[in-house]
Amino acid sequence: MELVTPSIGLVFWTTVAFVGVLLLLKKFAWAPILLAIKSREDSIDEALNKAELAKNEMARLTSENEDLLKQARAERDEILKEAKILKDNIVNEARVSAQQEGAKLIEKARIEIENQKKAALIELKGQVSTLSLDIAERVLGNQLADKAKQEELVSGLLKDVKLN
Amino acid sequence: MDCNHVFEFKFKRLFVVFALFSAFLLNSLSSSAQENGSTEQPDTAVVERMVPIAIPIEAVADDNATEEKFNPTQVIMEHIGDSHVWHLWGHTSLPLPVILYIPGQGLEMFSSGGFHHGEDDVVGKYNTYRLVHDKIKVVNAGEVDEAASEKVLDFSITKNVASMFLAIAILLIVFGSMAKAYKKREGKGPRGIQSLLEPFVLFIRDDIAKPNIGHKYAKFMPYLLTLFFFIWVNNILGLIPIFPGAANVTGNIALTFVLAMGTLLIVNLNGNKYYWKHILVPDVPWWLYPIMIPVELIGIISKPFALMVRLFANITAGHIIVLSLISLIFIFKTLAIAPVSVAFVMFMYVLELLVAFLQAFIFTLLTALFIGMAVDEHH
Repeated sequence: MELVTPSIGLVFWTTVAFVGVLLLLKKFAWAPILLAIKSREDSIDEALNKAELAKNEMARLTSENEDLLKQARAERDEILKEAKILKDNIVNEARVSAQQEGAKLIEKARIEIENQKKAALIELKGQVSTLSLDIAERVLGNQLADKAKQEELVSGLLKDVKLN
Repeated sequence: MDCNHVFEFKFKRLFVVFALFSAFLLNSLSSSAQENGSTEQPDTAVVERMVPIAIPIEAVADDNATEEKFNPTQVIMEHIGDSHVWHLWGHTSLPLPVILYIPGQGLEMFSSGGFHHGEDDVVGKYNTYRLVHDKIKVVNAGEVDEAASEKVLDFSITKNVASMFLAIAILLIVFGSMAKAYKKREGKGPRGIQSLLEPFVLFIRDDIAKPNIGHKYAKFMPYLLTLFFFIWVNNILGLIPIFPGAANVTGNIALTFVLAMGTLLIVNLNGNKYYWKHILVPDVPWWLYPIMIPVELIGIISKPFALMVRLFANITAGHIIVLSLISLIFIFKTLAIAPVSVAFVMFMYVLELLVAFLQAFIFTLLTALFIGMAVDEHH
């Protein structure tokens, strides 16, 4: 029975001691400890949130960069395409102008040739007439004796000359 | 409750230990009986005395007359009870202050060293005192005056009180330095004693207070933390077999009574209107009130009462088992049994370390649960 009967002395001292230690620890230990743990947890939470935000920002920037890169690539392709078209145009123009130039040259040459030919023909005609006159002189020297034959000869010569 | 598996585990283990133990005991008893038939009578007497609480204190007093005979009941009861001296070693003890209050006469203070282990009487201001079985009695003309002794209120710093003060000193030093470390290393990670104890503080906050009490937990944290560490440190100190420990503080009904009283007050002073409505105007037909209201009122008392008895019984039982196992060596008067005893004591010690934590945890958990029931808003 003694074992389960609380003794007044121990009850008194336990009450005093427990209440005392409760108040002392509350003021000097639990309050600062719990506060420190709480504030540390808050700061960890905050840091994690910030890290999350930074990660999102990073992802946003990365995707933005990606877009920019894509845009730049498209622009480059566009520019290249334009340049190619330009080049083709230039080449075509050059070719056309060269052809025109060539044609012009050919035309000039042809006219020149024509002119030369005409000149040559005129010269030839002159020489032919000179030659004809020479021939005529010689033939005349031989055949002037016969009048009929003379006329026949002249007309025959003229006929031949006209053919040229 | 979800702690049931722990109890089952404990009971299973205890059952196995005692089954093994009793088998060994019976075996050695029968062998010793065969060796010497005439010793059978004393042996059975010893076995009867092995059941410690069954024998009243008066019987122990009679046995004490023959000094030679080892009496485990007396040893065990002396240990788990309180004392006016703190035994150090051999015949050396630390005398503790005796403080008596005699109503109508006044305070009386002297050192318990004057009793010389009960051999001498001490003459005080008002009376002459004698130490009888660690109780202070008033002596009148050479005889113990029981009527006068009844009136004396003993407020002495006994072994339990001194041990409790030691536990409080440990708590104040440890948690004071822990708090200082938090101030010094503000905003940084825990280190040293902080990292050792912070998990327990967080455990009480996150696993005991928050789930059971809810968002109002912060107000009760100091009480729960103090309760947990106070019980735990006292439990551990009680397990130390030599000087700074060796007291059975948490296994004393007076201490558990005060702690349970604290819980009773905290719970009922913080009870909200829903709590009181549940007790005084329960949700039952009116004609059941004559039964329900007394039951609910008993419930107010029975919850802390269970706390009180649980802690007291668990710690006391642990001490009794360890001491019984040690006593076996002296009962059988042979060293041969010592290895077995020591092995079992070691096992029990490990178990008691678990129990020391577990009982502190359960006391705190149930306190948090009762507070939670009293401050719950959802109805």
